[in-house]
Amino acid sequence: MVNEALARWSDLAFEAALAGYVVALACYAIDFAARRGAVPTEAEAASVRIRQAARAGGTTTLEAPGHIGTVQRRTARPMAERFGTAAVVVTVVATAANLLSVLFRGLAVSRLPLANMYEYASAICAIAMVCWLIVLARTKARALGLFVLLPVTILAGVAFSVLYVPAGPVVPALNSYWKWIHVSTVSISSSILLVTGAASVLYLLRSRYERRLVADQRAVTDAAAAPGGGDVFPGSVTSVAADRSLLSRLPSLASLDRIAYRTAIVAFPIYTFALIAGALWAEVAWGRYWGWDPKETCAFVSWVLYAGYLHARATAGWRGRPAAWIAVVGFASIIFNLFFINMVVSGLHSYAGLN
Amino acid sequence: MLRNLWRQLTSMRVALVLLFLLALASLPGALLPQWSLNQSKTAQYLLDHPTLGPWLDRLGFFDVFASPWYSAIYLLLFTSLVGCLLPRCWEFAQQLRTPPVAAPRNLARLPHHARVEVTGTPDEVAARIDAGLRGWRRTVRAGGATGAGAASDGRSPGSLVPRSPDSSVTVSAEKGYLREVGNLVFHLSLLGLLLAIAAGRLFGYEGSVILNAGQDLDGNPSVFCSSSPANYDNFRPGLTIDGTDLSPFCVQVDSFHAGYTDLGQAVEFDARVQYQAGDEVFSDVWHPANLQVNDPLRMGGERLYLLGHGFTPQFQVTWPDGTQREYEQTFQPENGDPNFLSSGAVKISDPPGYVGDEVREHQLALVGLFAPTAWLQDGNFLVSVFPEPTDPAVAIQAYRGDLGTEDGTAQSVFTIDTDQVDNGELVELDRANLAIGESMTLDDGTVITFTGFREWVSLQTSYDPAQTWALVFAVLLLIGLMISLVIKRRRVWYRIAVLDDAGSESARPRCVVHVGGLARTDQAGYGEEFDRLAALPDRPVEPGARSGR
Repeated sequence: MVNEALARWSDLAFEAALAGYVVALACYAIDFAARRGAVPTEAEAASVRIRQAARAGGTTTLEAPGHIGTVQRRTARPMAERFGTAAVVVTVVATAANLLSVLFRGLAVSRLPLANMYEYASAICAIAMVCWLIVLARTKARALGLFVLLPVTILAGVAFSVLYVPAGPVVPALNSYWKWIHVSTVSISSSILLVTGAASVLYLLRSRYERRLVADQRAVTDAAAAPGGGDVFPGSVTSVAADRSLLSRLPSLASLDRIAYRTAIVAFPIYTFALIAGALWAEVAWGRYWGWDPKETCAFVSWVLYAGYLHARATAGWRGRPAAWIAVVGFASIIFNLFFINMVVSGLHSYAGLN
Repeated sequence: MLRNLWRQLTSMRVALVLLFLLALASLPGALLPQWSLNQSKTAQYLLDHPTLGPWLDRLGFFDVFASPWYSAIYLLLFTSLVGCLLPRCWEFAQQLRTPPVAAPRNLARLPHHARVEVTGTPDEVAARIDAGLRGWRRTVRAGGATGAGAASDGRSPGSLVPRSPDSSVTVSAEKGYLREVGNLVFHLSLLGLLLAIAAGRLFGYEGSVILNAGQDLDGNPSVFCSSSPANYDNFRPGLTIDGTDLSPFCVQVDSFHAGYTDLGQAVEFDARVQYQAGDEVFSDVWHPANLQVNDPLRMGGERLYLLGHGFTPQFQVTWPDGTQREYEQTFQPENGDPNFLSSGAVKISDPPGYVGDEVREHQLALVGLFAPTAWLQDGNFLVSVFPEPTDPAVAIQAYRGDLGTEDGTAQSVFTIDTDQVDNGELVELDRANLAIGESMTLDDGTVITFTGFREWVSLQTSYDPAQTWALVFAVLLLIGLMISLVIKRRRVWYRIAVLDDAGSESARPRCVVHVGGLARTDQAGYGEEFDRLAALPDRPVEPGARSGR
């Protein structure tokens, strides 16, 4: 019933993927840390200037908004550059290993490998990394890598050490084609939302940093105003930014916001579809399409939060940091649903495979 | 005052706050036990938290989704939604009937801007552009003909005053109206979904019943008919259901099979049933069907589900006077035991050979465990090591005396009233582990034999007349959502003016065209399309040309 050889290959591939994630995480961290002291990109400087101008009550139309969005790689030191490249290469290899692990596990047990928390977590890691590689290819925002790899590596580590269950068949309750539809879409959307969550956390960090920057800048300007004023503004922002914090190496606020939003609008319809598919399955399996089972309730909470996020981004006064907070809380609710509800609260969805 | 309150309620901020309140208020429903999901767990929570529990119960925290405060939040939210949607529908209908907004004065200040010089009179150029803008809502305005009403559109940037210089021709075009359609469909579907759920709560019901498979001790099949709520073990009616008008059906279970792997993990449950529905009820017409997990039986609006299974041990009791009787009783699988160790109690309240008060002194109870594959731990303690009935056995504790069933209080069918034991009315006798065919003899000579077992299945009936509508609205909701996220609403303006070129009087007239583009949604991504739009004035007019999408 279970192909043991394939199951072993799957386990090996997952161990390789986990090792790869750890190495990639280290490389991203070195790459990120080594960026300290470099000059901000033009786009980042522009975003600082716009925030500054807005603070000062001036008009924000000085810069075309599209201009901020382009993220440029800056001239980092070669060593760090090499670690950054290595990080991307290792990420690609580890992601491939992870995908192979999922594939082998599925072939070994002749079913969709999403029947327990180990398989689910493994799939989430794989899809999140694919999603990250797509985002990376499109935005070149490599600094984000550290913060995507961090939760993925932790999840992969937990999957390996705590959640692991050997390959086996599924219980009859899970033996339905709805599982393919419901669980795969839930895991795909959760994975994409992981990138949304990471981008939003970074948005909050970066925006906090920039607000401090503006405060510093104001002090510099006040000091400069005494002898005669003049245009000290762009240069001093650069100098303050230069040796201030690692956070200056993050992608600009505008691109973080855009990454978060774009991934969210891809994930949200998939998540909605997953909920509808889940309701259809529940009608077939449990006799009602919605019954406020703890898992259902928590999924509903996540849905409401992300709906709130999309609305907040279109509402004056809620854009920017409030919206980013909502996305972060939304992602927290998904993680909470995955771990706490599965492992602590018992309900109809208790298929963790852990006793 | 009231008007102000209404404006507040229908504002986006309040709607957002209500949305987050809804999410927050749902959380206790996931974290605290709920009466509607698990009564025993909720009761246990109340016992464990004697001070906090009753307060939470009074405030509705154990029935969150029926509590007044939860209802208040979603009713306010939906009121806010309606208050926001109706004006938007009206506004959108208006927009469909008015031409696109006149061009702003300075197109160079728009996020997308281009300037091209082309050959031809302004009218020719305008015609070319017009032809290239197929699929767009567009209007061509000559010279001073500015749309006076256009300035009232609150969504155009405030600093841009729509006014055209005299000799120029302007083309205004707008596309992506479907986005608003999707938006409205999404929100209206939410409303429809709420109504469908409410209808389900009003007119639907659920009932569950435990039914033994095969024939009983007298050779008759156990038949269940849904004619009355009383026939169910548990019945949860909708608000308008009084139990008089259930659409009847009857079902009997011929056999039940559970398949397991060598490790004892279940892989298959299959109940073979026969049913009759509608006019066939109480006739001889029976339809065979297979009932499996994830594969319910649908009879018109009624659905029948296989939810669980268990064992019904059978006993033969030989009384001291020689009378023999057969008894069987469904046992309940022990919570969390994957190997189906089950517990229950056979209560014999009418022992033969006794009359009057003697009956209450000689009632018999057999309380114990059933193991489908028995193993005696430490030589005496019955456990089950496999869920399939390969080597069944029971561990029985016998009691004699007054079961306490006559005073009218309800008793669980799975346990005896332990108060009767504590107050000495029910006397504890022997206990024994019995395999099939083995017997135990009580002090008065009564012989109890474990003769065999049946399997039972628990079936659930569900009826929800509105669930198809819930699905329709859910699908509409998804379609509306995708349209509103994918379609971009964008505008483009062209201002065509004759180029003052003194040297070329004899040549064809030349024009300068300013093109301005504005994406009215927060996701821009308008750049490439704008480049194509900016090239329109320069392209030759072909009949049947490809439309600029």
